[in-house]
Amino acid sequence: MDLNIIQIILVFIVAFLAGMEGILDEFHFHQPIIACTLIGLVTGNLVPCLILGGTLQMIALGWANIGAAVAPDAALASVASAIILVLGGQGREGVSSAIAIAVPLAVAGLLLTIIVRTIATAFVHFMDAAAKEGNFRKVEFWHIIAICMQGLRIAIPAILIVAIGAGPVRNLLESMPNWLTDGLAIGGGMVVAVGYAMVINMMATKEVWPFFAIGFVLATVSDITLIGLGAIGVALALIYIALSKQGGSGNGGNGNFGDPLGDIIDNY
Amino acid sequence: MAEQIKLSKKDRISIWWRSTFIQGSWNYERMQNGGWAFTMIPAIKKLYKTKEDRAAALQRHLEFFNTHPYVASPIIGVTLALEEERANGAPVDDVAIQGVKVGMMGPLAGIGDPVFWFTVKPILGALAASLAMTGNILGPILYFVLWNVIRMLFMWYTQEFGYKAGSRITDDLSGGLLQDITKGASILGMFILGSLVNRWVSVQFTPVVSEVKLDKGAYIDWDKLPSGAEGIRTALEQQAAGLSLSDVKVTTLQNNLDSLIPGLAGLLLTLLCMWLLKKKVSPIVMILGLFVVGIVFHLIHLM
Repeated sequence: MDLNIIQIILVFIVAFLAGMEGILDEFHFHQPIIACTLIGLVTGNLVPCLILGGTLQMIALGWANIGAAVAPDAALASVASAIILVLGGQGREGVSSAIAIAVPLAVAGLLLTIIVRTIATAFVHFMDAAAKEGNFRKVEFWHIIAICMQGLRIAIPAILIVAIGAGPVRNLLESMPNWLTDGLAIGGGMVVAVGYAMVINMMATKEVWPFFAIGFVLATVSDITLIGLGAIGVALALIYIALSKQGGSGNGGNGNFGDPLGDIIDNY
Repeated sequence: MAEQIKLSKKDRISIWWRSTFIQGSWNYERMQNGGWAFTMIPAIKKLYKTKEDRAAALQRHLEFFNTHPYVASPIIGVTLALEEERANGAPVDDVAIQGVKVGMMGPLAGIGDPVFWFTVKPILGALAASLAMTGNILGPILYFVLWNVIRMLFMWYTQEFGYKAGSRITDDLSGGLLQDITKGASILGMFILGSLVNRWVSVQFTPVVSEVKLDKGAYIDWDKLPSGAEGIRTALEQQAAGLSLSDVKVTTLQNNLDSLIPGLAGLLLTLLCMWLLKKKVSPIVMILGLFVVGIVFHLIHLM
């Protein structure tokens, strides 16, 4: 489908917000579940984009900027893949191939943000100069320029994709054979494991592995919704903390609370 | 002593709002320094009146700084208290201020990363995503509202806490409450992760393990059904009674795995990914690799 001028402006704004948030990490406009949904909203493709956003969010659960390390870029991945989904005009059918496109986009976005963060180094030197004069305005100005640069990092590629138009994008998607799209859908079901693995690696200690096991087994009872599981999880955490305080044996250090799975993982 | 200059609540709200943009000019040289100075500007304006003092304060706050963006708030609070004392004549020098900033940013990032990036975000994200994947608009709304409410409240109250606790905050951090919160969060996180791995990692094997011809009466005999709506009704009744739809019972590899425990293949895949991550395999490589595996296994009819 083709977008009218108002829709293109709105896409630009959404992309700009996502780009800003890609660095700020505050309002989370760059998270797939928000960014894809907003692109869907302004282009009138709400439901397919919503599903795309949810699916990408699952993949991106463990992506985080830690220290100076830069995570795969959720902003470009979600904005660009949502636009491609909309332009392709395939609706829900297009979701799995859009997901496959999102991954290389996340790498491209990562490179862009590294470039922008390098350019920002120059801005900080301008701020130094302004600080010497005690010039508040100039310090603020360069800070805001740096934020805008991060916004444009996503907004410009987004508009470029819109400009190339629906035709080439649709051709690209339609030329994909069935075995490829089916295979990608199967792969998409598996890649979420990578995100979970990243999170688990950060959180896992011998002490908390048993809770993973309980969660895994309880989830096989399909009557319990995720909210129900959340309630059980909170209750378990409260019980554990309360009991470990009563225990009196040090700080509740149940070191011999041996979990074979945890041992196996730790020994790798 | 001359009259004391105090930061009003309005100043502190303005600083709180500005701290939202602390990562804006993130750069490879001094990281969050630009955003930090940007955040401190209302305080510097209020506390220092001469051009020299203001220039010195700006330069002092353009020094290297980097932490988790949300837990910067308590550090901002403490720094505000220190600057306030300094402006009122207390002997707080540049080294003390920079020392407090650097001393707090490491340990606090150690709390912020696991609590926000590895507990709150995955849990909220997974809840919201599972709603969104079924086409439910509540997913993104829930995520956006909850995330921002939690974040804004956290930033405001920890900034206020830091401001009031002043230079004593570093002692408070070793207290028990924060430890409890961190531990509780990781228990909840692991529990939810366990259920998510089960529910959302989908690995389906298609090879057929066995085909067994069923006895007569164990399946619906389509030829003997009455015609029309009556036939549909009888068929549905028979299915509800446990009759098979065809005369062959097909068992796939997936059925066999599921009879051990549903989701076993997904769990094994997750453990494999964790192991690969520990072997320093890049997540991007793994993601692309899994797509390739999906395509290849589909082509050879394994999935």
